Amino acid sequence: MRISVEINGRAHEGDVEPRTLLSDFIRHGAGLTGTKVGCEQGVCGACTVQLDGEPVRSCLMLAVQANGRALRTVEGLAADGELHPLQRAFHEAHALQCGFCTPGFLMSMEGFLREHPDAGDEQLREALAGNLCRCTGYLGIIEAVEHAAREMRGDQVEAD
Amino acid sequence: MKPAPFDYRAPASIDEALPLLVLDSAVLAGGQSLVPLLNLRLARPELVVDINGIAELDYIRAEDGALRIGAMTRQATLERSELVRERWPLLHKAVELVGHPQIRTRGTVGGSVAHADPAAELPVALTVLGARYRLRSPRGDRVLDGADLFRGPLYTAREPNELLVEIEVPEQPDGAGSGFAEHARTHGDFATAGAAAVVAPEGHTAIALLGAGPVPARAEAAERALVDGAEPREAAALAARDVEDEHRRALCAELARRAIEEAMA
Repeated sequence: MRISVEINGRAHEGDVEPRTLLSDFIRHGAGLTGTKVGCEQGVCGACTVQLDGEPVRSCLMLAVQANGRALRTVEGLAADGELHPLQRAFHEAHALQCGFCTPGFLMSMEGFLREHPDAGDEQLREALAGNLCRCTGYLGIIEAVEHAAREMRGDQVEAD
Repeated sequence: MKPAPFDYRAPASIDEALPLLVLDSAVLAGGQSLVPLLNLRLARPELVVDINGIAELDYIRAEDGALRIGAMTRQATLERSELVRERWPLLHKAVELVGHPQIRTRGTVGGSVAHADPAAELPVALTVLGARYRLRSPRGDRVLDGADLFRGPLYTAREPNELLVEIEVPEQPDGAGSGFAEHARTHGDFATAGAAAVVAPEGHTAIALLGAGPVPARAEAAERALVDGAEPREAAALAARDVEDEHRRALCAELARRAIEEAMA
C-alpha cells in the first residue's frame, strides 16, 4: 500500500505491507534511525514518537495507520541546530549512558511537559514509568526532566 | 516486522465495517493489546478491520442522565473529559491507572471492554457503575449488561459478526461516592490486584475486584454486608473471601477496604 507520512515537517512516501509497523517504516522507510526499537510489545517505550503532537508507541501502530498524519521524531526536536531544553538537560545531568532509551524518553517527556508544565515530582515519576532505562538508574533522568521543566516554564534557573 | 501477513481494510462507517466482520477477522481499535498479540504472532487474523477511521464511534455525551461513550473513544479523551470527572469520577480514577500516557493516547474504551483482560481497570469500574454494552451486527443491535458480556479471560459474548459500538453508564444514585484502588509493582504495569466500589446513602452499594477471577464480577455478599452495617474492613474481607492464593487474597481485601473507604469518605 502506498502511504505518505509527514515526519518532522517533511513528507515521506513509501510502499508498505499492511503488517509493516510504524516503527519499521520510520527507521527503514524514512531512514530516521533516531527512533529505537526495543520490545515491540509496548512495554519499553524506546520507539515513542509523537503523532499529531501526542506521544505514542510507534511499534503498536501499523505504518498504514499513519498515512496522511503528522509525526515528530527525536530528529525533529532540535530547532536550527539548537538542542531542545530537554536534550540539553539530559546531556548536562548525565541522564543517559548507552543512549538507546533516550529518544523515547525525550519524545514522551516533551509531550508530557507541554500538557503538564507544572507537574509535581510524583507526577513526573509516574510519567517516566512508561519508558525503561537499563543504564542510569533513573536519578539523572528525573533530575534532567525537572531541570528542563523549570526552564520550559521560564523559571529562574540557577547557573551551573 | 513481526506480524504474520494479513489483509487490511479501514472502513469509514459502521455500515461499511459490519460486512467485513467474519470469523478470521480482527477489529483494530487502539491497537495497544491487539498489535502486541500480532507482533508476537499469538494472533494471526486473515483480515484486520481498522475502525480508527469511523468518526461516528468517537463521542462522550450525557443523555437522559446516562453517560454514552462511543467505542472508539480514546482513553486519553475519557481522562480529559470534565463531564466524566464531575459526574462519573470513578471512570476518571480508573482510566488514569490504565497503562501509561503513551498507551492511553491510542487505547480506546471499547477496546478495553472487548479485549476483556481480567487485569484491566475499565471493565471493573464499568461493572460497579452498572454499565451496559451495545453490540451491532447486520441483524440489528443488542444490549448486554456486564454479567452477560464478560464470559472469561479475553473472552466476551460478542459474536464475530458483531461490533461493540457504545458503552452506556447509568446515572449514579444521589450522594454516591466511589473509590478505586490497585496494586502494581510499577506504576502503569498490569495490576496484580485491585478493587472498585460505589456507595450511596440510600443503601446502594457496588463492589468488584480486579484480577481476582476470570471476569469482573460484583461481590454481592460483601455488598449486602456493607448495606447491613458491616465495617468496610469486614465487607472487604468478604469480597476477597474466595480469591485463590493467599497473597492475592490479602491484597484484594486491603484494596477493597481502601476502595470502600474512599467511596464512603
